[in-house]
Amino acid sequence: MNSETSFKRPALLAAVLIVLIALPTIADATGYSALTSLATRILIYGIAAASLNLVLGYGGLVSFGHAAFFGIGGYVVGILYQHYSLEEPLFGFIPGTNQMLITLPAAILISGLAAAAIGALSLRTGGVQFIMITLAFAQMLFFLFVSLKTYGGDDGLIIRRTNELPGLNMRDKHTVYYVCLVITAAFFALLWRIVNSRFGNVLVGLRQSEKRMAAIGLPAYRYRLMAFIISGMGCGLAGALMANFLRFASPDMMHWTKSGELMVMVILGGVGTLFGPLIGAAVFIVLETTLASWTENWQLALGFILLFVVLYTHGGVQALVLRLAHRPENRNRFSESTMRRFKVLERPLRVRKDARRSNGKR
Amino acid sequence: MTQPILNVRGLVKRFGGLLATDHVDLTVQPGEIHALIGPNGAGKTTLISQLMGELKPNEGTVELAGQSLDALPTAQRVGLGLARTFQITCLLPDYTVIDNVALAVQVRQGHSFRFWKNVRADHSLRDEASTLLTGTGLEPRANELVANLSHGEQKQLELTIALATQPRLLLLDEPMAGLGHVESQQMIETLRGLKNQVSMLLVEHDMDAVFALADRISVLVYGRVIASGSVDEIRQNPEVRTAYLGEGDELC
Amino acid sequence: MTLFLEQLLNGVQFGVMLFLMAAGLTLIFGIMGVINLAHGSIYMIGAYAGTFVATETGSFWLGIPAALAAAALAGVVIEFLVVRRLYGRDHLDQVLATFGLILIFNQAVTMLFGRQPLFVQMPSILDGSVELLPGLSYPIYRLTIILVGLLVAFGLYLLINRTRIGMLVRAGSTNREMVRALGVDVRLLYTLVFGLGALLAGLAGFMAGPILAVQIGMGEQILITTFVVVVIGGVGSIRGAFFASLILGIVDTGLRAYLPGLLRQVMVGPEADALGAGISSMGIYLLMAIVLLIRPKGLFIRNS
Repeated sequence: MNSETSFKRPALLAAVLIVLIALPTIADATGYSALTSLATRILIYGIAAASLNLVLGYGGLVSFGHAAFFGIGGYVVGILYQHYSLEEPLFGFIPGTNQMLITLPAAILISGLAAAAIGALSLRTGGVQFIMITLAFAQMLFFLFVSLKTYGGDDGLIIRRTNELPGLNMRDKHTVYYVCLVITAAFFALLWRIVNSRFGNVLVGLRQSEKRMAAIGLPAYRYRLMAFIISGMGCGLAGALMANFLRFASPDMMHWTKSGELMVMVILGGVGTLFGPLIGAAVFIVLETTLASWTENWQLALGFILLFVVLYTHGGVQALVLRLAHRPENRNRFSESTMRRFKVLERPLRVRKDARRSNGKR
Repeated sequence: MTQPILNVRGLVKRFGGLLATDHVDLTVQPGEIHALIGPNGAGKTTLISQLMGELKPNEGTVELAGQSLDALPTAQRVGLGLARTFQITCLLPDYTVIDNVALAVQVRQGHSFRFWKNVRADHSLRDEASTLLTGTGLEPRANELVANLSHGEQKQLELTIALATQPRLLLLDEPMAGLGHVESQQMIETLRGLKNQVSMLLVEHDMDAVFALADRISVLVYGRVIASGSVDEIRQNPEVRTAYLGEGDELC
Repeated sequence: MTLFLEQLLNGVQFGVMLFLMAAGLTLIFGIMGVINLAHGSIYMIGAYAGTFVATETGSFWLGIPAALAAAALAGVVIEFLVVRRLYGRDHLDQVLATFGLILIFNQAVTMLFGRQPLFVQMPSILDGSVELLPGLSYPIYRLTIILVGLLVAFGLYLLINRTRIGMLVRAGSTNREMVRALGVDVRLLYTLVFGLGALLAGLAGFMAGPILAVQIGMGEQILITTFVVVVIGGVGSIRGAFFASLILGIVDTGLRAYLPGLLRQVMVGPEADALGAGISSMGIYLLMAIVLLIRPKGLFIRNS
């Protein structure tokens, strides 16, 4: 079965959740209070990377422009805040706001609309053109926001205070963390439903063989577009959270390197797995932070790590760990069902593709 | 005369200077098995691809039960009752056998914009897929990944998936190719059993199978139908014997 | 009118630069099926190597072989160590591995040359202008770029249409399996094509030096524009890349030259300039969107 198994390990999931809930307390108690901020960033990037993974891992569509939606989400928060603080309505009739209950849905909506437009055009092609086109559209939006002097141009927009949520003190870093944690949990639960739904079923089917799906009567375009839109909305949500967390939105959020970073997170964690991108985001951010504290030239190291992961590990960190656990001497430590689960996870897209090719040749 | 289930008129497909399909006329009557034979490179698979809408013909028309298919994409043609199997099997390798069949059932049932309910716990899909697999050699293999199936099993699955779309006309692209003797016999039996449920256009090299199953045979050579008729007529046709069957008795 | 002609020439000059990049990129994709993000890094390497040698020796001319050699070498090394492992892998792996290369090269160049942009002195013979038409004088250097670009385009045309290698390249871009079946040493062909693409990128990088600043990130900027060229021209088509490069070069230059002026008639100066600059940066992408609506496979690919 190719269905997502992670949720079927409730014990592990509960343990992780408990650690995440206790994290700010632990961080303060041990004197590493920066850990809470680090974890907040990981959660937010985890949402963005998991959204990208919906099209990239489950749908097999390599989008190189998802930072656009991340940036749009951030700018929705920033622009609404600016109009709120200046007390002048946007376009003369949309009042600004600092209420998160409004800004987050607005960010999701607007980034969804942008994804609909970009996706509708980009999905007319496929393969390498799709990569180039999504990259180009993201770059276009980048230039657009750089030129919008009203909203700070390339300096970006400062959001003086994190958006308000009724009854919560959003100036407290812990509160922001818990808000992000709740949203992340809800987001992953939703994503889990989606990838195991009828919709997810055709999406994964399309990744495996578009020809087969057409032959059973499936019109591919509309499903891919829907996946692209959902994925854009997820990135918009993450961008809105990030703007709240950093109290800043800038064109850098939609720079093409950000799209690249999101892809790196996905591949680090494991393409096409539910929690892989979250793990990937954690690995990436911890790596980035650690490397940057050692050397100014951390990008050099990151580049080599990336090369290594792509060329030599098949299926990212998650699969690497599982493979290590799967070594013969460890074999009898695991039950039959666990081993079978490994087997599925161990087969990255690429290997599966090779198998398909050799099947075809037979 | 009843209305044919498939009616192809003047179909032409050019690849650069090559005429892959050369003014082909072809009909399949309801309930019949119409075999299409011809040497390698005669354009049989190209023809099927055009019938399915995967390739666009340069000229000509295709009708299914009187309805023109020319402007329709593949997916809609399937919706109207056309289904095919692939010569080189084309399955979803990361899914199990039953997943593959259930997905075809799902697509047939209507749109898939349903985001919440777990598709693998959906009885309306799983039950029907199980029923379709019942009695086939795949029944005990239902939960095996497709990538682990043998070639013969994959061929069988191709057919089961096509049937899951509830077709009125089945386009079979060399269903016996690569099968052993026993497997071929099973496939022939399966197809014979389906004869009253669905019309078929059978592309096949295995002459035993063709003569065992076909009501009518058309012979395609270099993209052209050079003969069409009953099994006996084709056997006797001198043009066919020289162009394709070859003189001598090694055939039958 | 003279201003218009001048802008047109600027557009053509930008266009031929894009072509030098796009030709390699589209060939590499067409023949090997690899999307190579590091193509921009090779452009940067050519620019840095050439500019460095030119500055150290005081001779612009010595910079040319240095740029070409460094770029071709970088190309062959990249092909040999990384890209060779990516043939037949999916696009995601190719994108990520070459993205990793970008990070490595950008950081390595920063470590070697620092973050300050480099500038190269043009040789006196190319410094200055000629009067093309009465009232229209145009920098010799830019004219030289146009000339070199057109010569390269013509050379590529001959190479592809008149030689055995060209025949293989053409065959390879339409049917990869066939070239393999012909018993050609595909590895050698791939390395050659990759090296040629790298050479052209390095040439473009060095020639850009005196006009633009030689700095980190220069490669990615032109790379993304080059992608737009390749998409508009049609992936794998050199002819498409040539015409799309010129069209984009002219459109982009034209928008930058005229749009702020037009906007200034309806809004205040600085805002018009900012918005004009923004929209002109977006112009080529909008053009791409329109092309995609009409011909999703690109302007110069026949729809099958």
